[in-house]
Amino acid sequence: MTVTHPTAPAVEKAAPPGARPPHRDPVARRRRAGTAGFHAGAVLLSALWLLPVALVLVTATRSFDDIAGNGLGALPHSFTLDGFGQAWTDGGQARALLNSILITVPSVLISLLLASMAAFALSRYNLPLRRTLLLVMLAGNLLPPQILLVPVSRLTEMLGLYDSLYAVIGVQVGFGVGFYVFVLHGFMRSIPPEIQQAAVIDGAGPWTIYSRIVMPLAKPALAALCALSFTWIFNDLLWSITVLRTDSKMPITASLIGLQGQYVSDWNVIAAGSVIAAAPTVIVFLRFQRHFVAGLNLGAVK
Amino acid sequence: MALLTAPGRRRGATRVPPVVLAFVLVPLLAEAFWVFWPAIQGFYLSLTDWNGVAPAKFVGLANFREMFGDSVFRTALLDTVLWLVLFGGLSIVLGLGAAMFLQQERRGVGFYRAALFLPVVFSLVATALVWQAMYQPDGLIDKTLGGLGLGSWEHPWLADQSTALYAVIVPALWREIGYVMVLYLAGLKGIDPALYEAAKVDGANRRQLFRHITLPQLSSVNAVVVSVVIIDSLRSFDVVWALTRGGPYHSSELLSTYMYSTAFQSLRLGYGSALAVVIFILAFGVIVSYLVRAFREAD
Repeated sequence: MTVTHPTAPAVEKAAPPGARPPHRDPVARRRRAGTAGFHAGAVLLSALWLLPVALVLVTATRSFDDIAGNGLGALPHSFTLDGFGQAWTDGGQARALLNSILITVPSVLISLLLASMAAFALSRYNLPLRRTLLLVMLAGNLLPPQILLVPVSRLTEMLGLYDSLYAVIGVQVGFGVGFYVFVLHGFMRSIPPEIQQAAVIDGAGPWTIYSRIVMPLAKPALAALCALSFTWIFNDLLWSITVLRTDSKMPITASLIGLQGQYVSDWNVIAAGSVIAAAPTVIVFLRFQRHFVAGLNLGAVK
Repeated sequence: MALLTAPGRRRGATRVPPVVLAFVLVPLLAEAFWVFWPAIQGFYLSLTDWNGVAPAKFVGLANFREMFGDSVFRTALLDTVLWLVLFGGLSIVLGLGAAMFLQQERRGVGFYRAALFLPVVFSLVATALVWQAMYQPDGLIDKTLGGLGLGSWEHPWLADQSTALYAVIVPALWREIGYVMVLYLAGLKGIDPALYEAAKVDGANRRQLFRHITLPQLSSVNAVVVSVVIIDSLRSFDVVWALTRGGPYHSSELLSTYMYSTAFQSLRLGYGSALAVVIFILAFGVIVSYLVRAFREAD
């Protein structure tokens, strides 16, 4: 509700260019009022959105006694980083963060490598059934993961991969690749065919065309997908708790739930854990914001 | 010289080299192995009674028949529909509202957009825990209500059966609205300003501009947003799992959480698979329409 309300003053200023030339002053004043209204509304809205983030940062730096004594919603009376220490070592967040990175980095690299190869082949060559193949691959990603949970956990048991990080990497790659192929295919299709023909005349084989020509040209799309898939895989909970069992192998999302059970009312530790779990994706977001937003839009079929 | 050699070479290029086939087959096999083959098994398992240890016993549609008498299933189905309507509907309406509000390029707008968009990068688990702290009896929400003299509104939001589901929707919305906003911002940027100019010359007011230009021009984005939101709704799991695990007394149970706990905690893998099939059926229409649009796009 708060979102739509402040719209009024912002758009109001579009009204004037009417029939009669109105007095200069009121128009300027109204425009200034509109701008002020916009900023007031937008600041309020942003504050509302950032409030939970600020709150968790404050809670993470309070002491347990402060929270227990003054209440969770009170103004802070202390500043300490003990919560981080506890979450990091006793809570096992250090190990969990490492697990998350060990899962996420290979998953992103392998799925984008495989997806770019398939997208290259499907977009640059007249393969039979290319459209069907593309859509079958996309369809795999659109399936609700719930239908896959039981069979995938059984599959990893049969392969002897159950409760290993390889299992998570495998399923992340398999499940994600269809979507990445679809996005990259759309991007690579827009590369002019003349570039490829020139390379073919020069005697370049498919591998050279792929690695020397198409991949460098597809860099913007790859960067966008990289940023996007990093957050998706890093933030995932469902696949990990389906194929992992041992606490020390859990990624940070699952470990955070464990932390919640272990430190029931130590809100400073839980908040610190949330900050640790969110930090990598926030860093990626702040560093690659443009790519990240571009990635979300690439994902949408235009 | 190029003219002389080109035709022959070009025919060589359209004949698909074996390497290129491998380029498609390797990723396709990876997906087939981890997705298509398990999916087929998933559908089969929904017709079985299986505890994960003894061999799965084929029982036909018995699992689906059991659902009719299962009151938890009914709650979960109802909550899932409620989730679709409330979470889906509100994230679309508020996401569009935020996009319209922040669409103009002016000073500071980048910051405002980033603020709304920031939660998108948080995991739903971290999001859930942040909000759990806010919902505590001594947390910010109740404290604020008390401070405003609305002490009677104070509430154990997550522990009360009548409010748990709504309390879980709020953090999910907090995160989704920014995402929907980004999609709409891109769509709004694509609208030709000349359309608005022309309509204004014809004397259209703001509501008419919105109804007759903005909405129709956004139709393709709308279709995408609706699909994304429905698929996201049916997949929603993390935030509920981290906040309530479907409780208290299944009052915030979604089909996805019920499916997970049935399969992996009660070890009723057959019945769990049948619940997953129900989720698939609910998503089916969206998946097909998304694919149809993608099919048209792909050429």
